[in-house]
Amino acid sequence: MAFFEVLVQYFPSFCVALWATVKLTAVSLICATVLGVIFGLFKVSGIKPLKLIANIYIDIIRGTPLMVQVMIVFYGLSQVLRPYGFAWGNIGGNFTAGAVTLSLNAGAYMAEIIRGGIEAVDKGQMEAARSLGLPYGKAMSKVILPQAFRTMLPSIINQFIISMKDTSLISIIGIRELTQNGKIIAANSASRVMAIWLVVAAFYLVVCTLLSKLALLVERRLSYGK
Amino acid sequence: MENKKISVLNLKKNFGRLEVLKSISIDVKEGEVVCLIGPSGSGKSTFLRCLNRLEKITAGEVIVDGHPISDANTNINKVRENIGMVFQHFNLFPHLTVRENITLAPVELKKMDKDSASRRALELLERVGLADKADVYPGQLSGGQKQRVAIARALAMNPDIMLFDEPTSALDPEMVGEVLEVMKQLASEGMTMVVVTHEMGFAREVADRVIFMDEGYIVEEGTPEEIFGNPKEERTINFLNKVL
Repeated sequence: MAFFEVLVQYFPSFCVALWATVKLTAVSLICATVLGVIFGLFKVSGIKPLKLIANIYIDIIRGTPLMVQVMIVFYGLSQVLRPYGFAWGNIGGNFTAGAVTLSLNAGAYMAEIIRGGIEAVDKGQMEAARSLGLPYGKAMSKVILPQAFRTMLPSIINQFIISMKDTSLISIIGIRELTQNGKIIAANSASRVMAIWLVVAAFYLVVCTLLSKLALLVERRLSYGK
Repeated sequence: MENKKISVLNLKKNFGRLEVLKSISIDVKEGEVVCLIGPSGSGKSTFLRCLNRLEKITAGEVIVDGHPISDANTNINKVRENIGMVFQHFNLFPHLTVRENITLAPVELKKMDKDSASRRALELLERVGLADKADVYPGQLSGGQKQRVAIARALAMNPDIMLFDEPTSALDPEMVGEVLEVMKQLASEGMTMVVVTHEMGFAREVADRVIFMDEGYIVEEGTPEEIFGNPKEERTINFLNKVL
């Protein structure tokens, strides 16, 4: 079968590409989580300028396609910042540009998820924590966020899976991840194009499945006495 | 002048255009148990929540333990450490065990190290009759048990003052007694308490002073004997006729 022929023949290159996809996903998701927490907290802070900043960020990201975002970050920024000595090549090249874009993109969606999770926690929880003398930050980190995290988890996992698949769009700036690898192989072996793309799809499917399984495990670990 | 724990002068509170509290003035002395009664929407709970700035006051003055609550220079977190609060809906932290619920604030605020906080938690649980529940999660407790844990949690910071916001209103009738029992015990130990309650029996038995509120005003105040035995105001009489 052509599928297995392709899989075996190009296995090493797919493994390298898979590693690029996984790395891009992992780095972006970590950064996106940090961004999401920061901007999610901005949104619930009740401080107008912070809310405004968060809203502008989220609206811009949600209102534009990821592929355009990566073009702006990779080509646009390097053009504008070149006079100041900036070049993506100096800081990890297109991989860094891709990771930055994906982080910013997923970060905006994460911010909305985290805002929703925090707002879903009963108001009395914050009041009880504050009434004990805990400052806002401690009440948030010790009482609100741990509870919010539990309700947010399914949405966070969902976003992780979406972002994992979005790495395929980042191939447009030439990172040799799974999709780009597929394109290159298909260009040299046009007769097996169906098999090649099925192999690419299979790799994504495996990573997604593993991610979901991992999520389930975390979810179970987090459940406490009801 | 006796030792004033809480001093409220011309307190006003608006929610938008709605005037919820229209000039309230009271003093609470050390060790005094004050019960606030009155119909729903009369402003009792709002008043209580102004005492630890869970609600920002609109006008007037609230002084607790010598600290002006509404003053921006007051470190409200420090003042709150000294004011325990018990809520109608318990508001226990569901992701923490009973013991962790009680030790969270003392440990986080560096009042105690983990071990002594844990010992203190067990002492407090003993006091409210729940020593065997230290390591379960709140979700596994009955309403009455939850409220007793909430009282223990509030006591963990060794407050001078305890505020109770309808502590038995969300309980099944058979569990009201166990919570009131703990509160009586606290009162007898000399705790300064302000209690918003619909439990007239409790107010009559335990309160040093009963305050009847309606429509954002204090209508009448006095000893339980005066308020329950010989109310003077029309509105007090109407209210008591309905609830007794």
